[in-house]
This record gives sequence, C-alpha cells and structure tokens, in this order.
Amino acid sequence: MKEIVKMLVVLTLISGVCGFLLAGVRSATKDRIEEQVLLNVKGPAVKKVLSEATNDLIKDRKEATVGKETSVVFVGKKESDIWAIAYEVSAKGFGGDIGVMVGFNVADDTLTGIAITTHKETPGVGSRVSEDMFTKGFKGKTITEKFSIRADGGVIDAVTGATISSRGVCEAVRRAIEAYRGVKGQVQ
Amino acid sequence: MASVAKEFTKGLWKEIPPFRLVLGLCPTLAVTKYAENGLGMGLAATFVLLASNVIIAALKSVIPKKVRIASFIVIIATFVVIVELLMQAYFYPLYERLGIFIPLIVVNCIILGRAEAFASKNPIIHSAADGLGMGLGFTLSLTVLGGIRELFGYGTFFGMSLMGASFEPFTFMVEAPGAFVCLGLLLGIMNVIGD
Repeated sequence: MKEIVKMLVVLTLISGVCGFLLAGVRSATKDRIEEQVLLNVKGPAVKKVLSEATNDLIKDRKEATVGKETSVVFVGKKESDIWAIAYEVSAKGFGGDIGVMVGFNVADDTLTGIAITTHKETPGVGSRVSEDMFTKGFKGKTITEKFSIRADGGVIDAVTGATISSRGVCEAVRRAIEAYRGVKGQVQ
Repeated sequence: MASVAKEFTKGLWKEIPPFRLVLGLCPTLAVTKYAENGLGMGLAATFVLLASNVIIAALKSVIPKKVRIASFIVIIATFVVIVELLMQAYFYPLYERLGIFIPLIVVNCIILGRAEAFASKNPIIHSAADGLGMGLGFTLSLTVLGGIRELFGYGTFFGMSLMGASFEPFTFMVEAPGAFVCLGLLLGIMNVIGD
C-alpha cells in the first residue's frame, strides 16, 4: 500500500512540476512565436497576394472577426489609400487542413489572388495546389463567381489527380468570401 | 575530477552515439541531408540530454524503481517541448526544416538509454558530463554525416556552394538508401581506425 502511495505521489509531483514549467515557457514565448509565424509563414503568402501594395504589410495589420474567430487581417495600400485586404482561412484538404491566404480588392470586390500558407497534402500530388499554375486561376475573379472545380460546375481548374486538395482550397476561398463583407466593414 | 573528465570524453569517441553505441540512428539518417540541419538537431538533442541527465540524477533516490521509465519519459518529454518552443521562438527556419523530428527527440534512444544506464545510477556532475559528452559526440556525428551527404548530394556545405558549376550532384547521397550507405561506410572506417 505504502509503495503504491509513494509511486502515485512521486508521479503526480513530477508531472505537476513539469506541467507548470511547460505552461511557463509557453506563455513566455507566446508573443515571440506569433511574431515568427507571422514573418515566416503568413508573411511570404501575404506579400505574394498583396504584391502591388506600397506599405509595410506586417506593420499595418489589423485584427478583425473573420467568420467566427478573431484573426489577423492584412491591409494593402497604394500610396495612402486602402487598396486591398487579405486574411487566412482554412479548410479540410486530403491530409489535413489547408491554410489559404486570400486577397480582396476592396474597390471592385475581386480577388487579388491566393497563396497557400500551410498544408499536409501528398508531396508531388496535392502539394501542387500551392503552385502558380493552380493559384493563378483565382486571380481577378469577382466574389460572385462559383468557386468550385470545373467537375463540380465551377470556374476553377483543379490540379490533375488532386481533386480533394483542389476542392479543399476552393472551400477555403468560399469561406473567405462568406466573411468578406463583415471583414471589409470592420477594417474600412 | 579525472573521472568526470573521463565520463565526458567517452561520448566523443570511444562510446560515440550513433557509431559505437549504435543508438539514435533515426534522426542520424533523417536529418542529415544538410550539415546545418544535423548541427541544429544535435544541439537540440544535447540540450535535452544534458537537462534530463541532470534532473534524473538529482531525483534518482526519490523515484521508485517501478515507475522510473514513466518518470524519465515525462521529464524528457518536458524538455523536448521546451526546446521545441524555444526553437519556434528563436530559430524558426531551423524549426521548419527539422519539422516532426523535433518532437521525436523524446523517443531518441540515446536520451532514454543514458537516463536508464547512467543518470539513474550516478552522481549529478558525472551524469552532466556524460550527457554533455554523448550529446556533443552525437552532434559531431550528425554534422559530419550531414556535411558529407550535402557535399556530394547538393554540392554545398552549410549552404555554401563548394563544388563549382560543372558538378553533377550525386543525388543518391541525399536519399534514404544513400543515408544508410554513408552511415555504414563511416561506421566501417571508424572501426578500422578505432581499435
């Protein structure tokens, strides 16, 4: 009996102290990690999607409610006028969630483009959704168009052999469009 | 003091993982496409090895024998997550390149192996020396293997192009079979010059 109690106490204490330690390190590094993710993951995607902007996209970012959650919205300006906004949405692909950065021209409600931020798709197959060949199909289209792959009656050419991944990206874009009016109102 | 030094130096040659102890082969094969990745992984594993060895040596008389493996894993896993968070915060590009192999440091045989074989039975200072020595030996092995594979497979070393424009990359070296062959050859060479 005494042996079992000792084992329980020691394990609980070790786990407890480790838990505290981890929580501490996590909160100490939280801000810095957010910054790094912004710079290394979202940064390149935003720069691609809002390539014509003349301002510092990372510095001029805002926070807004996108759909149901608070998210970062990047604002692209030409001179000092707001030209476009971009935010990241995700949808289920083949291997997991696909993160898509979608840019909108606020003047005529067209897409400035999309860029894939994160994905777990099959290398060489589904991963090809991040290539320009696929993403350029979204550029310039108005938000009223049907963003599905052609096989589903839409206007987007899917990546051959990567139907599910392509569908995932379209779903993400559709979600971005759903949230567009709301986000545009919050940011302008 | 001499015995502490001995515990440190054995990890650098006589009992170097992965070549002599033949432990920790998974990361050795997987992250050595580039010398820099090998170096980064080695240093991360060294931090965990040192920290876990010290803590386990300090707690060795308190942890009951029957739950020692469970306790060791909790301690090791905690330090691995700490390393992962620190890498995410301060070395993000390296974190992206090493990917899933950072959390896999938890099941790196070297760390649990030294905890069970050494740290749970020896004083703190000696365990620290053992951890540091093994860790640095591991780092050295990974960096050398990574350097060789990167040089022949990509023509670069730590990112610097060394082989000139007419170099035809020996891509086999940076694929999985090449890793095994390279490791085997290095192991053979070490055995010949060893004892």
